Amino acid sequence: MTTLLFAEHDNAHLKDATHKALSAAKALGAPVHVLVAGSNARAAAEAAAKLEGVEKVLLADAAPYEHQLAEPTAALIVSLAGSYDALVAPATSKGKNVMPRVAALLDVMQVSDIIKVLSPDTFERPIYAGNAIQTVQATDAKKVITVRTAAFPAAGEGGSAPIEAVGPADDSGLSSFKGEEIAQNDRPELTSAKIIISGGRSLGSADAFKQYIEPIADKLGAAMGASRAAVDAGYAPNDWQVGQTGKVVAPDLYIAVGISGAIQHLAGMKDSKVIVAINKDEEAPIFQVADYGLVGDLFTILPELKEELTKAGQ
Amino acid sequence: MKLLVCVKRVVDYNVKIRVKPDGSGVELANIKMSMNPFDEIAVEEAVRLKEQGKATEIVAVSIGPQQAGETIRTALAMGADRGILVKTDATVEPLAVAKILAKVVEQEKPDLIIMGKQAIDDDANQTGQMLAALLGWPQGTFAFKVAVGEGSIDVTREVDGGLQTVGLKLPAIVTTDLRLNEPRYASLPNIMKAKKKPLDETSPETLGVDVAPRLKVVKTAEPGGRKAGVKVGSVAELVQKLKVEAGVL
Repeated sequence: MTTLLFAEHDNAHLKDATHKALSAAKALGAPVHVLVAGSNARAAAEAAAKLEGVEKVLLADAAPYEHQLAEPTAALIVSLAGSYDALVAPATSKGKNVMPRVAALLDVMQVSDIIKVLSPDTFERPIYAGNAIQTVQATDAKKVITVRTAAFPAAGEGGSAPIEAVGPADDSGLSSFKGEEIAQNDRPELTSAKIIISGGRSLGSADAFKQYIEPIADKLGAAMGASRAAVDAGYAPNDWQVGQTGKVVAPDLYIAVGISGAIQHLAGMKDSKVIVAINKDEEAPIFQVADYGLVGDLFTILPELKEELTKAGQ
Repeated sequence: MKLLVCVKRVVDYNVKIRVKPDGSGVELANIKMSMNPFDEIAVEEAVRLKEQGKATEIVAVSIGPQQAGETIRTALAMGADRGILVKTDATVEPLAVAKILAKVVEQEKPDLIIMGKQAIDDDANQTGQMLAALLGWPQGTFAFKVAVGEGSIDVTREVDGGLQTVGLKLPAIVTTDLRLNEPRYASLPNIMKAKKKPLDETSPETLGVDVAPRLKVVKTAEPGGRKAGVKVGSVAELVQKLKVEAGVL
């Protein structure tokens, strides 16, 4: 009985999603091995070896895994799957891309996006954009699971697991990496940030995000997010989208600015510890989930908020 | 190039679903059903490829009850050429859907399959990847942009942190994300024309696929509610409360 956790990393760094998915993997009750598939990824493997409760780290260090494309990575995981009863990954864009491919190759029905482990084969997962929670029991002998990271705490450090080299598995050569545009900034990642400030369509422009949201984010060391409407309107980049079809987040503090609170958006942030809503429409549904609501014009409130945060020593 | 698009009939995205009081599932009786929004994007992309002269034929397939035929008709009205309904009243999980589609692919031999990245009912986000695995094809999931080349396709994908472009050898599978395109509304004349387009029927049994579920649904429940908090009168009060009462600053 052993669990294999597929690590999220960028070769140099292990991502926080791995720490959170590890908590879910450990809840299955079996020893956990972590697979780091990458290229020049020893640093990520060493970080994984330090995680509390990891028995062993498998490092597949080869060119085809540099970007963890689905085809070679799934083949690798399948080649290792014989020794494991459960294969777990965070439900990040990589995990969501790779794991169903693994599951189908193993003839296993995957359990997606679990938010709770009730027993080694029974899990809770959201359906209908989080408007219902389904409890499912997986009857396949092997389990393939993706984890909604916002629902689990990050595992701590303190371990010193051995690192073992594995792979590479055969690469079919059907896919190739052509390029990427990844935003470079010093902000925390949306899915692991302690504080998030998100803007909606009422911001009216990308400039307004820069002028009004960004200074507050800088002050609080917060990540920036956006509603689908704001992203669709081109005010904010795609990967800022918080919601059922975007990122699901659960920070300590979520500040929703000019966001009405469509079900789709609420599904992505309602597990935040404290929610603040700033909106000029006092009937906006966002106020029904907000701990603190402030009704008014965001273009006057946000500069004031910046002032007050400065006064408060932020 | 021949295209296959896969469309699912789901509860309309505007409907606020209700969990049955006995926890046995979600109330589906007398509820408005529509094509899964991500699948609409898939159909639109296929139709655009045909309009650009890059595709010759679009086959729309759906798995579900008799009424799923209406979902196929919608795809036909948008511009698909013919439909295949794999008729079943059973709940079909993504793995079984992928197996059924693999059989359809065997018969139809498309060069490219386009489908939504997830259905908005079970939110599984699995079928495209699973079908790619079963066929041994490459996959371009969460597509933001597609560019069809000679024997290959470049798919720009929405990934955590930004966009990633992969090159795939055809045949391949693309699953759509929200911003790939904005689907058209079918015009009335096209809706009328769609009624005359061919729609074949088959079944999982005929295709030889076992659809017995692998996941046992123990129960379905309402999510934990969140209560509305307080309205504050000023920014100063807000900051004070966040600092002292909530302790998050």
